Amino acid sequence: MKKWRLLSLFTLLTLFLTGCGEPYLSTLNPAGEVAQSQYDLMVLSTAIMVLVIAVVVIIYAIVLLRFRRKKDEENKIPKQVEGSHKLEIIWTTIPIILLLILAVPTVIDTFRLADVEAMEKKDKDGNREALVVNVRANLYWWEFEYPDLKITTAQDLVVPTDEKVFFNLKASDVKHSFWIPAVGGKMDTNTDNENKFYLVFDSKKAKEANNLFYGKCAELCGPSHALMDFKVRAIPREEFDQWVVAMQNAEDRTPQNDLAAKGEQVFTEKGCIGCHAVSPAQSGGVGPNLSDFGDRSRVAGILEHNEENLRAWLENPEEIKPGNKMTNTYDPLTSDELDAIIEYLMGLKVQQ
Amino acid sequence: MSTYAKKKGFGATIWDYLTTVDHKKIAILYLIAGGLFFILGGIEAMLIRIQLMEPNSDFLSAGLYNEILTMHGTTMIFLAAMPLLFAFMNAVVPLQIGARDVAFPFVNALGFWMFFFGGVFLNLSWFLGGAPDAGWTSYASLSLASPTHGIDFYTLGLQISGFGTLMGGINFLVTIINMRAPGMTFMRMPLFTWTTFVASTLILFAFPPLTVGIFFLMFDRLFGANFFDVTMGGNTIIWEHLFWIFGHPEVYILVLPAFGIFSEIFAVFSRKRLFGYSSMVFATVLIGFLGFMVWAHHMFTTGMGPVANAIFAVATMAIAVPTGIKIFNWLFTMWGGSIKVTTPMLWAIAFIPSFVMGGVTGVMQAAAPLDYQLHDSYFIVAHFHYVIVGGVVFALFAGAHYYWPKMFGTMLNETLGKITFVLFFIGFHLTFFIQHFLGLLGMPRRVFTYLPNQGWDTQNFISSIGAFLMAAGVIILLINVIITSVKNEKVGNDPWGDGRTLEWSIPSPPPFYNFKQTPLVRGLDPYWIEKMEGKKEMTPAEPLGDIHMPNPSILPFIISMGLFIAAFGAMYNPLNQIGDAKPWAVPVLIIGLAITFGAMLVRSLKDDHGFHIHKEDLIDDENKGVKA
Repeated sequence: MKKWRLLSLFTLLTLFLTGCGEPYLSTLNPAGEVAQSQYDLMVLSTAIMVLVIAVVVIIYAIVLLRFRRKKDEENKIPKQVEGSHKLEIIWTTIPIILLLILAVPTVIDTFRLADVEAMEKKDKDGNREALVVNVRANLYWWEFEYPDLKITTAQDLVVPTDEKVFFNLKASDVKHSFWIPAVGGKMDTNTDNENKFYLVFDSKKAKEANNLFYGKCAELCGPSHALMDFKVRAIPREEFDQWVVAMQNAEDRTPQNDLAAKGEQVFTEKGCIGCHAVSPAQSGGVGPNLSDFGDRSRVAGILEHNEENLRAWLENPEEIKPGNKMTNTYDPLTSDELDAIIEYLMGLKVQQ
Repeated sequence: MSTYAKKKGFGATIWDYLTTVDHKKIAILYLIAGGLFFILGGIEAMLIRIQLMEPNSDFLSAGLYNEILTMHGTTMIFLAAMPLLFAFMNAVVPLQIGARDVAFPFVNALGFWMFFFGGVFLNLSWFLGGAPDAGWTSYASLSLASPTHGIDFYTLGLQISGFGTLMGGINFLVTIINMRAPGMTFMRMPLFTWTTFVASTLILFAFPPLTVGIFFLMFDRLFGANFFDVTMGGNTIIWEHLFWIFGHPEVYILVLPAFGIFSEIFAVFSRKRLFGYSSMVFATVLIGFLGFMVWAHHMFTTGMGPVANAIFAVATMAIAVPTGIKIFNWLFTMWGGSIKVTTPMLWAIAFIPSFVMGGVTGVMQAAAPLDYQLHDSYFIVAHFHYVIVGGVVFALFAGAHYYWPKMFGTMLNETLGKITFVLFFIGFHLTFFIQHFLGLLGMPRRVFTYLPNQGWDTQNFISSIGAFLMAAGVIILLINVIITSVKNEKVGNDPWGDGRTLEWSIPSPPPFYNFKQTPLVRGLDPYWIEKMEGKKEMTPAEPLGDIHMPNPSILPFIISMGLFIAAFGAMYNPLNQIGDAKPWAVPVLIIGLAITFGAMLVRSLKDDHGFHIHKEDLIDDENKGVKA
């Protein structure tokens, strides 16, 4: 009994200590309009459910305290009650009322969150007003194409804060699901059709999360499903605009030094370029677009962004992401080639 | 000693079980086979929790983990929970309605062997190149892309065992409609019989969509069809619909019989008739009906659009109403009663808060926009374990302790039973309660590992500790079973002392013909009525006469084995997607099917009229019984 108490105390304590989780990952730290309305719905439904639980627990406790068979009652035959219409009507109608209270905001939110009409709105010049990102999910990596801006990136989604960002979601191999827990619920990326939804990234909350939200794949997609992370860099609109211009101008940059120039050569000769675009204008590649690789926050979506991890990845990607599509598609690289290619890739930046 | 139950050698006993068509022996077969698969699924669960005990664990590799998680789910649902419930249905339902057997004893045996061979086939995948790895839901795009034969073991194995389940369901429907004793009207049937009846109806309507879905998947992978291949004009969303049109009712197929078992237990150990019997029946039927209207709530994030999402959200919430009715009726069954806390009653009492917890999180997920957050996170993992463990597995433990004397004639040890309960109950809540929070903190489900510093480490560790407690509880139960079997202390008709329904009016275990004379049922809880009038046994509804019994047969075993053999041929056929065609494949396929259809032909052409137990032997039996 003592052990049990200790354990439950321990459990409660951890819950208390962890609180609402990390600001960059937890649904309990809603960072934007979408997550907020989902959070509100959670609070409402939890409140209703706690009420129900309380009623059940009270009756339950009374029953167990009062009606246990006592020692001298071995032969007692209780009254055989058939039922009670009054009681039964009560516990049919009250839950219906409670559910209606929950159903109304549920239906309203369902329609509100699915409203992507603004996506097609054009200004006088025929340009789209809202920012649209095409998300393409691939076995263990994400591509983010900005069709109106003619730029593409991968793994690190960059978005402006405090405005609706619209997404077209599609998978290129098997089904995945696009989820940024702190910013809003998930939407599947199907192989059959394009799904659309929107998210809003709150600037204040983004600051708390160091402008970097964590994104996850939420649908089992193969061995490395657990490692199919992405990151979201949520920055103010002006900063975002600067990034866009920098990306658009990245087309005609040259390697920063001789080693990088050699790296570029290796990158071409070894056939890396066959799958990986280094031009921000190219989308739909077999592998992630690397045009702003140097700016990324992680190597392969999961490892700290440094040369050592990049080397480990290039040497044996299978060890890091089992089942990925890059393993065995290229001849082993010599140490010199690795040095050069790492220098080259790390130099693919659009930001200072 | 009965003239019919002579002491047999080991080989004869095995032969007896291979050929039996007796519902009580088939129940024991289901119990043993389901129990074995339950232990297998449990070991898989332990491996999962060990792997997730700490971040970046390399206890299991990524691919192997996916195989284990798939097999854990598939085994637990199809090969453990359902067969174990079938064990109790087979053992108890014919007795509860005063029947001598099910309507189709031969089909009953066939159903068991189909399930058994299907389950064995599925598990052979571990030794033949790898288990299925696309989750128990086996979503089409991923299952088509799977590089081993695992998914083929899944489709073929589930197809075979699914036939068995379907046969079982139809058999119970016919039995309950046709075989009730005189006076046993529908509204006098015990709740377990009622829930079996409704669950069987669900099986009848839910399994065909699964069969169709699995057929498509099987043909896509093995025979070059393109039902789900998007590049060839197929559609993977169809699989999701087919799977969940089956999958959601499946939850009720599992949980309704569990409700039934608890309803029996609450009434017996409160010494009170079930409160609001008619509304309980009504709620059961309503849950069964609504269970077919809500499947798409598993697909809120698939992109069905707001209209479908809103409709399915509200429909799903509606299910909470009949379920709530049941919870309150159980509480008020105990209210004013004389509650005796036995092991089965402990499970029943613990079931209420556990299941309510699973129910309310279900309502939370019914709110579609909120579900966008909860779906496919650890929250849902917590939710369905609360429903399926807190509802179904608790019922299986309760039922095992409660019906053990009726099935085997011995009582499981109460002290060990209570230790099992305490360990399992604490372990269960420790494992799964915290997983709600893991989900809310952003942890997706079905991940083979997780990186540190995401705020999930402690919770996962605690969750794994709980799993060890559950395992310990199950081990104690096994010890209990062994001790009880070795001691072999026989008990009388009504070992719990407060039995209310017909099964407690006859010996434990019952003679193979169940009722010497069909009993006359005079109301709800017929045995209780007789007891209250001071009688020791039921009033017979017929004079003592010859009893007609079916002959045992090995054909069900052979028919099922034929399909088992044919499945290997199908898997390695020249068109299979993996491309490892075997020269023997087509002949094996043909031979297997020939065995099956040949055995069916024998069954059709050979007249088998069964046999009669003569009146004199029954009287003889009774006299000898008195002397012994």
